[in-house]
Amino acid sequence: MKLSEFFSMGGYAFYVWGSYLVAFIAIGGEVVLLWRRRHAQKQAGFVFPESNTDEKTS
Amino acid sequence: MAKRKINWYKYASPVNFYPIAGRMIPWFAIPAAILFVIGLYVGFIKAPPDFQQGEVYRIIFIHVPAAWMGMFLYIIMAIYAGIGWAFNARLSSMMASSISITGAMFTFLSLVTGSLWGKPTWGTWWVWDARMTSTLILMFLYIGFISLQAAIDDPRRADRAGAVLALVGVINIPIIYFSVQWWNTLHQGATIRILNKPTMAPPMLAAMLIMLAACWLYSIAIVLYRLRCIIVERERSALQVAAAAA
Repeated sequence: MKLSEFFSMGGYAFYVWGSYLVAFIAIGGEVVLLWRRRHAQKQAGFVFPESNTDEKTS
Repeated sequence: MAKRKINWYKYASPVNFYPIAGRMIPWFAIPAAILFVIGLYVGFIKAPPDFQQGEVYRIIFIHVPAAWMGMFLYIIMAIYAGIGWAFNARLSSMMASSISITGAMFTFLSLVTGSLWGKPTWGTWWVWDARMTSTLILMFLYIGFISLQAAIDDPRRADRAGAVLALVGVINIPIIYFSVQWWNTLHQGATIRILNKPTMAPPMLAAMLIMLAACWLYSIAIVLYRLRCIIVERERSALQVAAAAA
């Protein structure tokens, strides 16, 4: 199969690649927005301990 | 064998679950990324064109998993919200809030990809048939849940209000699922039924199931990640008290 043939998707390129582009933006957008939310929390110093320290003390 | 007593209640505490959630994330995120790549490879390279629809059917590999995730996540969200309400479990309610965003994202994705598929195959972006209308209602239920929680300042009250909405809305899930059987819809019937043999070529089915698995793993990873953000936001005062005491 030729590459141009693959990208043309039998004439349905807009619909097929459009669908996957939207999916990429939606999923990627969710990840990026959440990263930024987390980053802002870290910047503000809101970080919880990454281990259950009370396990050893109790 | 000596039974080691595990205090499960301990992990119901958001601050104690926080590090566990953090350690769990890579175990879901990395396989999700790998399966997305494999699923797209099988779907675009291995799977043959459809004998009726040609190439455009390849939208199915994202459309169907997204639509399923929208429904699955709604049920799981309602269960967590219900448990959080009935047992006054904060972590469970936070889980419901975390799931709502991802569920809304997948439902939105199923509507958009469905529209992009409908235009070339049915000649229209949208019709008010039972499946599409009930899926749109699902989207509105998610939006309602998210905005209701955002509108109420007291987090526990927001949790309870959200739980009522989520539980009432569960009725919509069987309506979506059976809509293609109950009504004469433009939307095609189910391609995959649990008891019947699938009516798809094996690579097509494989690609769809791999993409579904990837979407599941992605959902778990992103929901845990958001849960950690929510825990930090809502349990901040507890942390400050602990820090002040130390």
